[in-house]
Amino acid sequence: MVISKSQIEEILNEVKDPEIPVISIADLGILRDVKVEDGFVEVVITPTYTGCPAMMEIERHINNALKKEGINDFKIRTVLSPAWSTDLMTEEGKARLKEYGIAPPNPTNEEDIECPNCGSHNTKLVSQFGSTACKSLFKCNDCLEPFDYFKCH
Amino acid sequence: MQDQNKFNYIIQQADNCLILGQRLAELCGHGPVLEQDIATTNISLDLIGQARLLYQYAAEIQEEGKTEDDLAYLRDAWDFKNVLLVEQPNGDFGKTIFRQFLYDTFSCYFYEELMKSSDERLASIAAKSHKETLYHIKWSGDWVIRLGDGTEESHHRMQEAVNELWSYKDEIVWANAVDAEAEKSGYGVSLEIIKQKRKEKIKAVITESTLTIPEGDYAHKGGKEGTHSEHLGYILADLQFLQRAYPGNQW
Repeated sequence: MVISKSQIEEILNEVKDPEIPVISIADLGILRDVKVEDGFVEVVITPTYTGCPAMMEIERHINNALKKEGINDFKIRTVLSPAWSTDLMTEEGKARLKEYGIAPPNPTNEEDIECPNCGSHNTKLVSQFGSTACKSLFKCNDCLEPFDYFKCH
Repeated sequence: MQDQNKFNYIIQQADNCLILGQRLAELCGHGPVLEQDIATTNISLDLIGQARLLYQYAAEIQEEGKTEDDLAYLRDAWDFKNVLLVEQPNGDFGKTIFRQFLYDTFSCYFYEELMKSSDERLASIAAKSHKETLYHIKWSGDWVIRLGDGTEESHHRMQEAVNELWSYKDEIVWANAVDAEAEKSGYGVSLEIIKQKRKEKIKAVITESTLTIPEGDYAHKGGKEGTHSEHLGYILADLQFLQRAYPGNQW
């Protein structure tokens, strides 16, 4: 069987972030590269945060996804440099986050965050640290819903 | 061992991260309010993540077939080279905050300098960690100001924390033989640069918080040489119990 890079990418597109199950690791920017050489596959990933507990889980999911498709000859490599940044997140990824109820990163102004629930900009930072290391906690002053904001990194 | 000094240099910072991470983890479920409980444990997670990257690298340099887990779980108190500041008990929230602020004002500038290290691996760990410390220093600095410039009670408690921790402030920017050798070899940082930047930041935040800077600059030392306060043994007892009692046990 000849495996192509795009086939691997297609398989990995099904691997979602375990804590935000609507966004794929590619859309999140965790999947850095896929290399295919002489039938051997190398998957390169990068952690969002140094202590991100999801990394091991993501590796396990990649492992399972590839094996399910009969690909056994592969290696998963973790790289730190260049460091992961929210700039690596795709527009598709950002749209999915918003749909899911998480305000996507806003690099132009981190103090002007749109409520993913009602679209109001009248929102307030409650805590810089949210339910996971990559998010902070906001509150909407209009619809009064609390929401997570994926912070710029 | 590839490079004994580099190993020692990495261990110093890895131990700072692990021990402070463990201290903050003690607050899991015990924070003053939910949001701040989450904040302290998030910071703890970042610190333990940084410790892992450093221990992994140290274990490779050591070339004894050991792993990050051996370094974290199977060394004794005198092998730990963290500064005395990070092993100080959490105390009240004011003390937790000020200890964190003193550490963050170090780590933020330390990683900023370490990003220029001649050692590529250290430079990339620093770049990753530096981004995280920017959130930490904002959080701890804001709280020093909020509590210092808050109510009479919070001001009083914050001042107590400042007074109590002041003599633990500077060990972290004091260069021992390991630091000097690391700087000379190009993979380590200049602690002198960090010391100046840090001093200004601490002064600015304390002034804004309406607190008083204590007199004197006496610094307790010992941690970096493996001579610790009584607290470290208790921390390790908690941290290492499982691996000591059930060697090699896994989740």
